[in-house]
Amino acid sequence: MTATSVDARTVPAGKPRGHVTNRRAGVGRLAFLLLSPSVLVLGLVIGYPIVSALRISFVKTTEGIDANTGLITRTTGFSLDNYTNIFTGETGRLFWNAFWNTTTFTVTTVVIETVVGVCMALIMNRAFRGRGLVRASILVPWAIPTAISGLLWRWIFTSQGIANDVLNTHVLWTTEGIQSWLAVVIADTWKTAPFIGLLVLAGLQIIPAEVYEAAKIDGADAWRTFWRITLPLVQPALVVAVLFRMLDVLRMFDLPFVLIGRGKMSTDTLSILAYNEMSNLRFGPAAAYATVLFVYVAIVAYVFVRVLGADIVGRGVGRSK
Amino acid sequence: MRGRHGLAGVVAGFGALALVVGLSACGETKTTDTAKPGALEGKGPITLATGKDTSGYLQGALDKWNSSHPNEQVRLIELPESADQQRQQMIQNAQTKSDAYTVLNTDVVWTAEFAANGWIEQLPEDQFALDKMLKGAVETTKYFNKLYAAPYLTDAGMLYYRKDLLDAAGITAPPKTWDELKSACQKVAPQAGGAGCYGGQFEKYEGLTCNFSEAVASAGANVVDDQGKPALSDAKAKQGLDFLVKSFQDGTIPKEGITYKEEEGRRAFQEGKLIFHRQWPYQYAKANATDGSSKVAGKFAVAPLPGLTGPGKATLGGHNLAISKFGKNKGTALEFIKFLTSEAEEKVHLQKTSEAPVYAALYDDPELVKQFPYLPVLKDAVGSAVPRPRIVKYNDATTAIQDEAYAALTGTKSSEQALKDLQTKLTSIVGNK
Repeated sequence: MTATSVDARTVPAGKPRGHVTNRRAGVGRLAFLLLSPSVLVLGLVIGYPIVSALRISFVKTTEGIDANTGLITRTTGFSLDNYTNIFTGETGRLFWNAFWNTTTFTVTTVVIETVVGVCMALIMNRAFRGRGLVRASILVPWAIPTAISGLLWRWIFTSQGIANDVLNTHVLWTTEGIQSWLAVVIADTWKTAPFIGLLVLAGLQIIPAEVYEAAKIDGADAWRTFWRITLPLVQPALVVAVLFRMLDVLRMFDLPFVLIGRGKMSTDTLSILAYNEMSNLRFGPAAAYATVLFVYVAIVAYVFVRVLGADIVGRGVGRSK
Repeated sequence: MRGRHGLAGVVAGFGALALVVGLSACGETKTTDTAKPGALEGKGPITLATGKDTSGYLQGALDKWNSSHPNEQVRLIELPESADQQRQQMIQNAQTKSDAYTVLNTDVVWTAEFAANGWIEQLPEDQFALDKMLKGAVETTKYFNKLYAAPYLTDAGMLYYRKDLLDAAGITAPPKTWDELKSACQKVAPQAGGAGCYGGQFEKYEGLTCNFSEAVASAGANVVDDQGKPALSDAKAKQGLDFLVKSFQDGTIPKEGITYKEEEGRRAFQEGKLIFHRQWPYQYAKANATDGSSKVAGKFAVAPLPGLTGPGKATLGGHNLAISKFGKNKGTALEFIKFLTSEAEEKVHLQKTSEAPVYAALYDDPELVKQFPYLPVLKDAVGSAVPRPRIVKYNDATTAIQDEAYAALTGTKSSEQALKDLQTKLTSIVGNK
């Protein structure tokens, strides 16, 4: 389901094929009519919130307190202040810190999860007894809601918790510092490596057995087979999985929020900053943070799909033919 | 042609939508409704929005009310356990002007924000026995000298201490000052089996704000003075914060104390890992449980918090009941609040949940003192307790306090610098309210 929607997004990037004859135009119209209900729904659930958030992000609210009644007076108007405030002064420092956290979380977790996920997929793809059990157990972490796994990991990482017991250390995992950053990376890897594993497994299963047979006959060793056959052929699925993970981690919120708690410099992400503003009823700045994050995510996705994604897929497919 | 038309229609639709959305904001100037001491009228069914009813007491109280008021039924709406989420749901309810919540069970620090935003009704003072209630608790219900909620439950930190260890070391009275506390620990240490000296709530959350305000107040200073101005330049404020900072440095507070919230600290105390513990009254019953969950049952007692030169001051907690501006049947709501906050009902409440009442007389009731031996100590604690800053932007203030106090406790800032920065931040928060 999710995989197909990405494919659908990358397809229209190419030019519409062939000539548009009258007859095809008629078909096109019919197609459009048939699609219009879903376009309308998409517009309502995606288009409207984006436009609305964008509008709110430019609304600046000035508050005052009536000296007699103590009631709040609010004046609103349009301004760029919500955006300029993000990048200047104390809030600017917090923003760049959160930006750095978000980026390092993304790079680190996605790299680790890809390696672990591919390994998981290779194991799940092998035929052996108890395979169903292994597959199911690898997927369990993915099935647990993030907030719940955040709570579980918080128990593991308390000062008297299992992590310290097993490692025989006295690390205070949830305090400010690199250890809390690491705790989030560990918990996130545990939770979402199975997701990459699952998508890669789907990719592995469509690789025909003949290709491997041929490699065997040619005398290729396992390592070479993996690099020259498995990886290139599984790349389309892998790229989608990695893209999904990247988009997901860039808006990471629940894990640091539940596991470490908000307000920690080492783990605050951009989403947490937006949440903080919102919970203090400053919807304008909150929307501005969300918009900045939106743009950042969009840029990353664009670069990935255009530059890396398209290229890797193209070469991979070409070589296998 | 129809297809083309459809496309154009959709595009035009979106354009119009964007335009409408855009236009509706142009030059929008809105002021919240001016305060009228609203007439609380109308009888009929209402709701009570509150945190989880873990003890089951509330449903019982509601049943009692409902059976005698068949046409004015009260329905219980349980909100999430965390105070943050309760606040958020109540705010959401107010922002959508929904009538889903009638009576709100609010934390004492929310009054200013809720009142200033016009989310709760002003209440008639003459309908409540405010003079019989603890003064500190009543203060938390007022904003600009008007009553916006009824005092309901109160709370204050106390010093839990290991009486058995102190007795064994020949210390007859609990420490009144921080110095006495530290020297008591030194005397007790040989028999304490490596237990830490002092614990509290120092993780970066609301508990840290309470513990920080307490330390500052117990040294004789104030976070915010009577006029509502931040007053942390006072040298005594530094002495207060320094007690916590130095306690972390010299190990009086165990290193892991920085991760303590209420429950982490309670676990440590119950396992005998703390000699002194700053905690709310709820710990008393749990630490005294004889089902094996607590190793210190019967071995501890409570005392007022120690201070710099004499007894310290606790931070005031607790809850109030307010009426949502957007609720229906506010007449019933007022009567229901009067019922729940009546002295008789608060007594039942205390007996069933051990949550502290706001009526002074109940603390001296011999029958209750027998059941809850900490009541006299708690009465003193509440009596001398200092409220947390009562400002509209309380959330911003508490975030600033947590940021700076945490930086000082973890050593990333000197306590002097932290207080200086906090003074600046709070001044700007209070200034532009």
